[in-house]
Amino acid sequence: MQEGRKIRVLAAKPGLDGHDRGIKVICAALRDAGMEVIYTGLRQTPEQIVAAALQEDADVIAMSCLSGAHNYLFTRVMQLLKERGVEDILVLGGGIIPDEDIPGLKAAGIAEIFRPGTDTNEIVRFIRENLKRHKAA
Amino acid sequence: MDELQKLRELKAQYEAAVAKVLQKMPERRAEFVNSSGIPIERVYTPLDLEGWDYVEKLGLPGQYPFTRAVQPTAYRGRYWTMRQYAGFATAEETNRRYHFLLKSGQTGLSVAFDLPTQIGYDSDHELARGEVGKVGVAIDSLWDMERLFEGIPLDQVSTSMTINAPCAVILAMYLAVAEKQGVPFDKLRGTVQNDILKEYPARGTYIFGPRPSMRLITNIFEYCTKYVPQWNTISISGYHIREAGSTAVQEVAFTLANGIAYVQAAIDAGMQVDEFGPRLSFFFNSHLDFFEEIAKFRAARRLWARIMKERFGAKDPRSMMLRFHTQTAGCSLTAQQPLNNIMRTAFEALAAVLGGTQSLHTNSFDEALALPSELAVQVALRTQQIIAYETAVCDTIDPLAGSYYIESLTDQIEAKAQEYIDKIDQMGGAVAAIEKGYIQKEIQESAYRYQREIEKGERIVVGLNKFQVKEEEKPVDLLKVDPAVADRQIARLKELKASRDNAAVQKALAELKTAAEGDANLMPPILAAVKSLATLGEICDTLRAVFGEYQMAAM
Repeated sequence: MQEGRKIRVLAAKPGLDGHDRGIKVICAALRDAGMEVIYTGLRQTPEQIVAAALQEDADVIAMSCLSGAHNYLFTRVMQLLKERGVEDILVLGGGIIPDEDIPGLKAAGIAEIFRPGTDTNEIVRFIRENLKRHKAA
Repeated sequence: MDELQKLRELKAQYEAAVAKVLQKMPERRAEFVNSSGIPIERVYTPLDLEGWDYVEKLGLPGQYPFTRAVQPTAYRGRYWTMRQYAGFATAEETNRRYHFLLKSGQTGLSVAFDLPTQIGYDSDHELARGEVGKVGVAIDSLWDMERLFEGIPLDQVSTSMTINAPCAVILAMYLAVAEKQGVPFDKLRGTVQNDILKEYPARGTYIFGPRPSMRLITNIFEYCTKYVPQWNTISISGYHIREAGSTAVQEVAFTLANGIAYVQAAIDAGMQVDEFGPRLSFFFNSHLDFFEEIAKFRAARRLWARIMKERFGAKDPRSMMLRFHTQTAGCSLTAQQPLNNIMRTAFEALAAVLGGTQSLHTNSFDEALALPSELAVQVALRTQQIIAYETAVCDTIDPLAGSYYIESLTDQIEAKAQEYIDKIDQMGGAVAAIEKGYIQKEIQESAYRYQREIEKGERIVVGLNKFQVKEEEKPVDLLKVDPAVADRQIARLKELKASRDNAAVQKALAELKTAAEGDANLMPPILAAVKSLATLGEICDTLRAVFGEYQMAAM
C-alpha cells in the first residue's frame, strides 16, 4: 500500500435487512474523517461483500445488520475471507447484537462490534488504531 | 384600547424585563430550535395567532378540516386500538403470542413478517439464510397463514399486516383463510401497509420498481373497494421515514406526497376519488419532542383534508379524514440503561394520544438489544392502558387546542410541509423525487445532523451522552429465535410441494403470468394461485419474470 493513500472502507448491508440509517450515518462520518467509503447498498450476500472488498482493495469492511441474522452473515464473510487467504482486512460489525453473540463473532475474526449509541468518532479512532495494513493516512 | 394593543404593551414590558435577566443570567441555549428547524419562542401569546380563524383552522371534532379529530366523539366514544406489532419464528409460535396478547386486553392484531416473506422469498431461498423467522413470522404458503390465525375468528379481530411488495399475495392468503373459516369478505376489518414508495428511501423491502408496484397497489384498492369494503387498503407510512432520520416536517411532507401519488395513480387507473379515499389510512412515528409531535399529528390531519378536498375534489368527508396508526420511536430507544426506554415510550405514547391517533403500538424497552421479550411487551401494552384508564387525558377531545404554542406550531409544520410538497410536485411527484434520490438525500442529511448533535452534546440523550453509568445492568430474558425454525419451515415447504396438485399450481401460475403481462387486475389470479397452494416465492418469481427487479444504485 502506498504512503498517504486514504483508508478505504467497504460499507455493506449483508442479508435482507433494510435498516440503513446507521450505516449511512457511519459512511458520512468516515468520509468526513478523510476516509474513502464505498457503500454497497442493501441485500448483499457474503459472497458479494467479499468480492467487492477485494475488487475495491478495501482496508476495512464495515457491516451492519439489525435483523438478527448477524451470526450467520458476519461469520460467513469471515469464513470466505479465510478461504481466499485474506488476513489483512479489518472487519467490523454493527447493529442490534446481543451481548452473548459477541464472543462468537470476535472468535470468528470480527475485530469489533459497535451497537446503538456508539459515537462515530469512536469508530474512526478504532479503525485508525487497528488497521491491519500500514501507512494509510 | 383594543386588547391586542394592551397585550403589545405588556409584551414590551416583558421583553425589557427579560433583557435585564439575560444580562445577569443567559438562557440554557442561545437559540431554541426544534428538530424541524422551527425556532421556539420564549413565550407564546395571542399575538402569535393574530388573524387566526378558529373555524377555518380547526372546526369541531368530526368536521372539516378535522384538525381536532376525525370522529365527533373521539376517545369519549372508544379508546384507540391498542395494537402491538408482533411476529417471530413459525406461525404456531406467533399464533401463541397472539392468543397471549388478546388475553392481555389487546384489541387488534398486527402481524410482523420475517424479511424473506416481506421480500417475496420462500424460506429455502439462498438469500433467506439466517433471516427465517427473525424479525417476524415466516409465511411461505396458505398452510402457514392458516396456522397463524388458528383459533382466531377473523370476523372478530381487526388485523394489521406490515407487508408491502408482496402485499397482494399475503392479502390473498388472508382472504383464503377467511373463506375457510366461513367469514364473508365484507366482515373483514384490518389494514395492509401496501405502501411501496417509502420502501425505496426508508425501509428497504422493495421487490419491483415503483411503476409496476403502483399497479399492484391500485389493483388492491380496486379489488377491496368491490369485495372487502371495510378493509384499509393502504397505510401510508411516515414511520419508517422518521426512523430513517427525517425531521417531523419531512415525515409529514414525504408521507403526504406519497399519499398524493397513490391517489393520483388510482384516479389515473379510472377510479373515483370517493370510491377508495375513505379506505386510505396513515401511519406515523411519535418521537420525543412532545409538543412538536402533537402539533405534527394535527397539522397532518388538516393538510390531508385540504389536499383531498381542494386538489382531488373529494366530496365524501370520509375521503378527507386522515386516520392513522402510531408507533413510538424505535430510534429514540437506547441500548444503555434500557429501563429508561419505558419512560421515553410513555411520553411518546402520550403525545400520540393527545394528537388523536386511531391505534397505537408502544415499543418494548429491550428493543435496542434484541427482539422484544414477553415481559417487555406487556409493560409496553400496560403503558397504553395506564394512559387510557388512569390519566383521564381522553375525557375531552383535543385538549391542547387553542394553546398559543400548539396552534402556532401546527400552522408552521403545515406550512413547511406544504413547501416540501410543492417542491416535490415541481419535480414531477413522489415517484420522480424518489427516482432522483431527492427524498433519500434529504432524510440522510437530517439523520447525520441528528447524530452530530448528539456527538457534540447539543442534543442530550440520558444514559448515552449524559448521566451514564459505569456498570450497565443487563436486562434479563432477551428473546431468542431458535435457529431450527428455518429447518422446520424448509421441511414444511418440501411436504407442501410433495402433497399438492403441482399441475394445478403450474396452471395457476401461468394464468397469473398472462394476467401480469396484460393489464387485468391481479388480485383474482393471485388469489387462485394462493388457493392452489403455490408458495409466496413462486408467485413473486412469476411476477419478477414479468416486472423485473428494482436495483438500488450503490453510492
